[in-house]
Amino acid sequence: MLGMILKYHVFVAFDYQSLTTLFLMPSAPTLIPDLTSTDALDCLPLHAPAVVHQVVTPAALSDWASWLAEIGFLPGESVRVIARGAVGGDPLVVRIGDSTFALRKAEAACVQVQRATDAMARS
Amino acid sequence: MTETKIHLYPTGPLVALVGNPNCGKTALFNRLTGSQQKVANYAGVTVERKEGRFATAAGKALRVLDLPGTYSLHPRSLDERVTVDVLMGNAQGEKRPDLVVCVVDATNLRRNLRLVLAVKRTGIPCLVALNMMDLAERRGLSIDADALSRELGLPVVRTVAVQGDGAQALKAALDLPDLWKRVADADSRPASPERDLRGDHEAVREMLERLGLDRAVPHQLSDRIDRIALHPVAGPLLLTVVLFLMFQAVFAWAEVPMGWIETATAWVGQLIGDLLPEGWLRSLLVDGIVAGAGGVLVFLPQIVILFLFILVLEESGYLPRAAFLLDRLMGSVGLSGRSFIPLLSSFACAIPGIMAARTISNQRDRLVTILIAPLMTCSARLPVYALLIGAFIPARELWGGIELQGLVMLGLYLAGIVGAMLVAWVLKQFTTRGQVRTLMMELPDYHWPVLRNIAIGLWQRVMIFLRRVGGIILLLTVLLWFLASFPAPPEGATGPAIEHSMAGMLGRALAVVMAPIGFNWQISIALVPGLAAREVAVSSLGTVYALAATADDTAQSLTPLIAADWSLATALSLLAWYVFAPMCVSTLATIRRETGGWTMPLAAATYLFALAYLAAFITYRLALAAGLG
Repeated sequence: MLGMILKYHVFVAFDYQSLTTLFLMPSAPTLIPDLTSTDALDCLPLHAPAVVHQVVTPAALSDWASWLAEIGFLPGESVRVIARGAVGGDPLVVRIGDSTFALRKAEAACVQVQRATDAMARS
Repeated sequence: MTETKIHLYPTGPLVALVGNPNCGKTALFNRLTGSQQKVANYAGVTVERKEGRFATAAGKALRVLDLPGTYSLHPRSLDERVTVDVLMGNAQGEKRPDLVVCVVDATNLRRNLRLVLAVKRTGIPCLVALNMMDLAERRGLSIDADALSRELGLPVVRTVAVQGDGAQALKAALDLPDLWKRVADADSRPASPERDLRGDHEAVREMLERLGLDRAVPHQLSDRIDRIALHPVAGPLLLTVVLFLMFQAVFAWAEVPMGWIETATAWVGQLIGDLLPEGWLRSLLVDGIVAGAGGVLVFLPQIVILFLFILVLEESGYLPRAAFLLDRLMGSVGLSGRSFIPLLSSFACAIPGIMAARTISNQRDRLVTILIAPLMTCSARLPVYALLIGAFIPARELWGGIELQGLVMLGLYLAGIVGAMLVAWVLKQFTTRGQVRTLMMELPDYHWPVLRNIAIGLWQRVMIFLRRVGGIILLLTVLLWFLASFPAPPEGATGPAIEHSMAGMLGRALAVVMAPIGFNWQISIALVPGLAAREVAVSSLGTVYALAATADDTAQSLTPLIAADWSLATALSLLAWYVFAPMCVSTLATIRRETGGWTMPLAAATYLFALAYLAAFITYRLALAAGLG
């Protein structure tokens, strides 16, 4: 029982650029034309429309990737931030597809998005 | 306490309802089965199992299982694990369903249909119930059920779970004989989660494109409400107002029905007293059973009102928003917003609160929430607080019409909350270093609560409470009566009879331990039955002070007695004790059941007793030093 409580997870600081190259997704190659134009979801301005580019989690939190995918954070889905918490903008409320989810900043930081204007300009 | 037995219906094919959380699955279940429901637990796990019965349009009798909501067949919480195990036929003591009804929220096909594709792969015959069709149509979504059926390769029926005849199409569709044939060559194992999800996502997207349903249709009313409800400043203000109204209602609205119950209890006691001759049987019935059960039943109105509010907030979709608003605050003591709902329920009673902690996927958070839930001031503490405040705190009006007594009551509530925060904070120091926990909580669209669902939810909770009154509380009240009445005092003995009884001896032994915190032997005796249920302590004090009175009179006639007998320091000490003491066996039994072992209930009892003793000791000594002895 004690072991259950004492299970530690170590959160490693990471930089998106180097990790994205490690997590390239073979199934959606057309969506990775330009890495420099992606933002982390937590940095999007309020109500700015965007599209999910990919989900990248630090190795210690690899569960998050599948959890985020299950609730709809899959490449190509439309996404925008609709509210932020009062203190430090954490947690956030995000509209993903037709659903609304509350995410922590750290969770939202794993979702890389393309601003809708960029994505439209390319296509 | 033993696990509730799962009722096995001997006949009838088994249908399972599967769907995303918030897809209206439980509303559909309620619509199909009405009152024919059996709520229990799944074998070996503490996940609520809801089974019911209904008949198809042609009269075929079916059993139906309401499986926990899930986003995919790759579980991340206990609840979701059960759904997957049942569908795969791996659940202990469960039959693999003969048919799955995939309940789909028509306003959110994109996410819901992914689960349908995953369920289809399990090979169980499957039917899609396109639920919330009314909402979808109101938002301008026209869904061609036949076309969707062709795309999915599964039969699709339209349902509106909130309407009287909303499940008729489903009941008719279940009569089709072809529906029940198992697909022989289906792959019953899920492939890699990643592959499935990506593939299903693409498949659903293409499907929706072909059906012309690929544009997002936001719920504009929800968005408008959320602009205020989730606003950084207005949101927390609104939440404060809602919670304030809720507690106000619990006290104000409950007053009248509580009066009725008190009158009825007194009347029944009087009636029995008149009918029976003086003797032990009359004493048992009047002082033991009627007074004991009546003293607890009196809280039913408060519990009903509190749960009514919680259910309405839950049904309307506001509760997850409240959890979002409080997430940061809870995070400061190492919990998440998800703990808010169980803790809120604990203000009515810790038992449903502890059970509600099942929805917390992080195991550490769940255990911490369970440990601190008993610190929330449950309605059973109210009579004790009311008695002591009435006896010792002068009914004085402070500035602006604020009652001193009410202020003390509020202070006791706050003391419980602050205590809980402190305990959570201390546990955070030991157990969460570097841990990152997830929130990922859905905020469903707002909708008007459906009276029927609220009524069913309220009924189930009232029954849990009444069973408690009828069971453990009644039993222990009778036991106390026995302990307090036997052995009878010897011939020529002076003083109240109880001093010579077993309870008297027990109280005197306990009083040695309790003396440093200012409790006399009468209090010590009353604490013993108070272990069964906190509120029993009041009627016990009545019994102990040799009053043959009904519960109604107990509190009233007891007030001057204890006001004369106890010092203010003792009263304050007892109040401090009650803020923390784990004085309720049912809570500990629930913790044991929910955590599956003795470690947690023992840990909870130990730390709560230690805290209670410490708080009472400090209070008593400070009060003595201040000259209140």
